[in-house]
Amino acid sequence: MNFVTTIGLEVHVELKTNSKIFSPSPVEFGDDPNANTNVIDWGYPGVLPSTNKGVVKSGIMAALALHAEVEPHTHFDRKNYFYPDNPKAYQISQSDKPLAHDGWIEIEVDGQKKKVGIAEMHIEEDAGKNTHERDYSYVDLNRQGTPLIEIVSKPEIASPDEAYAYLEALRQRIQFTGISDVKMEEGSMRVDVNISIRPAGQTEYGTKTELKNLNSFNYVRKGLAYEEQRQQRVLMSGGEIQQETRRFDETTGQTILMRVKEGSDDYRYFPEPDLPALNISDDWINEIGSEMPEMPGKRRERYVNELGVTDYDAMVLTQTKEMSDFFDETVRLGADPKSAANYLQGDVNAFLNEQHADLQDTDLTPANLAGMINLITDGTISTKMAKKVFKAITQGKEPKAFVEEKGLVQLSDPAQLQPIIDGVLADNEQSVEDFNNGKDRAVGFLVGQIMKQTHGKANPKVVNQLLMASLKK
Amino acid sequence: MASRIDQEQVQHVASLAKLDLSSDQLKYFTTQLDEIIGLFETLSEVDTTGVEPTSSVSDQINVMREDVADNWGQRDALLANAPEAENGYIKVPAIIDESEGE
Repeated sequence: MNFVTTIGLEVHVELKTNSKIFSPSPVEFGDDPNANTNVIDWGYPGVLPSTNKGVVKSGIMAALALHAEVEPHTHFDRKNYFYPDNPKAYQISQSDKPLAHDGWIEIEVDGQKKKVGIAEMHIEEDAGKNTHERDYSYVDLNRQGTPLIEIVSKPEIASPDEAYAYLEALRQRIQFTGISDVKMEEGSMRVDVNISIRPAGQTEYGTKTELKNLNSFNYVRKGLAYEEQRQQRVLMSGGEIQQETRRFDETTGQTILMRVKEGSDDYRYFPEPDLPALNISDDWINEIGSEMPEMPGKRRERYVNELGVTDYDAMVLTQTKEMSDFFDETVRLGADPKSAANYLQGDVNAFLNEQHADLQDTDLTPANLAGMINLITDGTISTKMAKKVFKAITQGKEPKAFVEEKGLVQLSDPAQLQPIIDGVLADNEQSVEDFNNGKDRAVGFLVGQIMKQTHGKANPKVVNQLLMASLKK
Repeated sequence: MASRIDQEQVQHVASLAKLDLSSDQLKYFTTQLDEIIGLFETLSEVDTTGVEPTSSVSDQINVMREDVADNWGQRDALLANAPEAENGYIKVPAIIDESEGE
């Protein structure tokens, strides 16, 4: 029997605003527990929350990046639940009129492009963090009130690979707006998934299961693939799928039953009385739209069509906004685009991996990378010398000054090279004869000798030209 | 008197609020809540034909704060009010339920 898979994804993205969504407490990570909390975050009686304009703006940016329609009349709702990570006993969220709806993003799997719909997206507050020990639990409310955007896909994702591609595309687009770091490993992007299968031809959706503990895109894909197979086995053997929450086990790659869902969660939503409703004007949306950074798809087109970079290079360069901005700036400062693309993907990426660092946290600057590439292009240094220069610019050194200081200047002047070449030819008559007898290998040997005499400083291109001319005389 | 809420519903609401009610309390609160709902039902006597539903009774709109961080430095005072605190954390009885809030 053939089955059709339906996957829905709910993605939470943590915004990097200065202050919390409903209180002016700072949004900072790694501070002492509860250091960034006030009476509003603790839900004290009589306090009045106030909406952070920056959060609404970030939400509109996300909506524009995901081609969603911003709701002109929106408001917050209370979602009631009791849990020690949230002392108010409710989360301020949006249910009735979410900030935006009906968006889409384009994904590509095996060369096939597809639009995946976004049902809705809303802004809400995060909860605090609990740590558990044997007899007690400990609550840190620093994260309480950190702004989140929740993005809910339409059930239009048909395979684990599509889910992976959707997450990649979503992460990338949000990352380019600059509103969030969108890093799964740091918790600034969190993914909840649900999956159901049904026999081909059946229109009604099958019973869905929910998966938890998916801490990377890869685990999302693996967890879904396992679950897809598991559900098929159950149905093929005449069983029934239960509506349940399952936990992905990273070590075995399997999903394990956590709990069976009994009815839907009873959150008793109602309109938040402490916060006035929001009317979002077209003027504001247009103003935000005009300030939006260029999205990765547009950048890729520009790189390929205007800068002559390959499709693959353009894709790699637009993985993060920082990398893409760095590339743009390096090219703007006069570096050859292809060389800049090569260096960013090669030496720069290797350096970042080795340092476990993000580009923006290093001493590398577009000015210094462009400076180095320009020195290669104008023949001042060889690509071999550039290895040393590259190391220097990762330490924040100015390439031209470094080259002068170390005497790393390439010997390109024919007037200086010709006498050396003449000398090498005179000392190696046998090789000259070999060349005349058609042994091309001799050229390599002669070039090697010239490089040796110049301590590797001779410009190989000029040496080759001069040598060939001399040999053919 | 037709019952507007039954014990089962009150029990459900109580468990959502993490309250343990004895059977006496359950009866007591069911009667009370039933009366309260009865009082609210007076509102349904108002003719609301053609009135658009609203989410707010305030006529204020777009009251927003600029995104500027301001730490009020209330941590120590807040922790002093917590029943128990340790190393800057609020100390609570061990939480066994695995489900974290959203």
